Order: sequence, then structure tokens, then C-alpha cells
Amino acid sequence: MVELAALPLAAPALPLDEAGKYVAGAYVVFMVLLVVYVGIMAAKLGRIERELREVAAIAEDRKAEKREEVSA
Amino acid sequence: MYGKGLKPLSIATVAMLAVALSLVFFYAPLDGDQGFIQKIFYVHVPLAIVALIGFILGGVFAIAHLRTNNRKWDAYSYVSIHISVIFGVAVLITGAIWAKASWGHWWVWDEPTLVSFLIVFLLYATYYPFRYAIEDRDRQARYASVFAVTAGAFVPLNFMAVRMAQSLVHPRTFATAEGGMPGEMMLAFLCMLVAIGLLWTTLVKFELTAKSASGQVKRLRRALDAPVGGGSSRIAPEVS
Repeated sequence: MVELAALPLAAPALPLDEAGKYVAGAYVVFMVLLVVYVGIMAAKLGRIERELREVAAIAEDRKAEKREEVSA
Repeated sequence: MYGKGLKPLSIATVAMLAVALSLVFFYAPLDGDQGFIQKIFYVHVPLAIVALIGFILGGVFAIAHLRTNNRKWDAYSYVSIHISVIFGVAVLITGAIWAKASWGHWWVWDEPTLVSFLIVFLLYATYYPFRYAIEDRDRQARYASVFAVTAGAFVPLNFMAVRMAQSLVHPRTFATAEGGMPGEMMLAFLCMLVAIGLLWTTLVKFELTAKSASGQVKRLRRALDAPVGGGSSRIAPEVS
């Protein structure tokens, strides 16, 4: 376990080349989470579209059956 | 209905994020103490603030659900908590990266700010198994609302306790004892806060729209006496 007393209270600022990778890492994590979430939402939307197509097909089949019954 | 205004909201979110990130990297000055590392602050702190407000809003929507018994509010509460948990993951990871760069350690167990956020996050992480454990949808919605109200009340109490605690290493964002933040930094921070707030609202609206569309498809299937697809989640509340 890390003790508070062991932490540098006034640590010198990291040089830009070293600090850059940490800053990039933090912003990349944020963007990756966002992209993963959008990807999951896209998959959900795809499923809803597929279900909607199935329901539309069922409705069209029923309509065709009714038309056949009327004509018979 | 939930998708109304989603397009302008999404455009506003992207535009605001672009403006805020430009201000963070090209306008706000480098911090004299931390240098370039301090740029993590502009994503870490707004994410934390918005996540905590989202948890409280989840509780407010849950109160509306308990008062009206309208399932719409349960869905709002669930989605608010869901998006805030995702933001919470981002807060913990960006915070750990910042801690490693500043303190040389990924995590410090006796720092109240870090541990209290982890406790709040873990509390809300239990929301999903709690919901999932209840089969009956009405009971599930009611119990989840009670959970959201209780946990939502815990968030500001926890925040105040941490503010009152003596912090040795974690900085206080709006501390004014040493003059607070310079104007340019404050502007960049506020823009980022608005951008992250807009992002949260957009994602909540996206999620609600998707749930609403899924609910409408189920209604159509029921109306046509067609078998209902098994792809939907048992945890997530339906919106019609």
C-alpha cells in the first residue's frame, strides 16, 4: 500500500516528452470509451432495424393472406 | 418522441467538444507547478462532476417514478445511472493516469477523494446485479428506484465529507486560498464542463431513443401476435 507521506508533495513538472504520453493516454481512454459506446449503440440499432424488418415482413404476409381470402 | 432534437444536440455536442479541446490545448496556459500533465485535469474533473450530477439526477428521476408510478421515469433513472457509470470508468482511469504521472503511483488508498469516488462507483456498479436479480418488472422498477434515491442522496453527502476532510495531495479544484485558477484556465475548464455535460445529455437521449424504438417494435409484434424476439435485456427497462 502506498503511504501518503511517501508521495512527492511538490514534485517537479515532468518534461514535455514524458508528460505527453500520459496526457495522450488520458484523452485516448476518453475517446476509446466513447467509440466503444457508439459501437455498442450501432449494434443495438442494427438489431432494432432487423426486428423491424421482420415485423414489416409479417405484416405484409398477413395483408397478402387477407387479400387472397377476399379474392377467393 | 425521445429522438426529437437529437440531431441538433449531437451537432452542438461535437462543436462544443471541438471548441473546448482547442481551448485546452491552444489557449489555456501551462500550469506552473505540474506543467503539461495538468491538461488531464480538463477531462478528468468535468467527467467526475458530470458523473456525480448524473447519479443525483438518477435519484431525482427515481423519486418521480415512485411518486407517479410512470415507467418513463424509471427508464430515465436507469439510463442516467448507466451513462454516469460509464463516465465513472473514464474518471477512474484518467485519474489513475494523472496520479501515476504526478505522484508516481496509479492509486493511493489513504487519499479520501480517490477512495470516496471509488466507493460511489462501486455502489452504482451494484445497481445492475440488483436490478437483474428481480424478475418481476414492476418490483424491479420500484426497488431500483428506491436504490437510486438512497444512493443519490449518498453522493452529495459523500462529496461534502470529502471536501471537509484534510487532503494532503489531491488538489481542490475551486480552492480560492491561493487565488484559484487563472481566467484562461477557468474558461477552458468551463467550456469542457459544458461539452461533457452536453455529451452526457446526448448519450442519455441516444440510449432512451434506442430503448423507445425497441419498445415500439415489441408493441408491434404483440399487436401482430408475432413471437417477441429474445434479444432484449432483462435488466433494462422498456420505454414505449
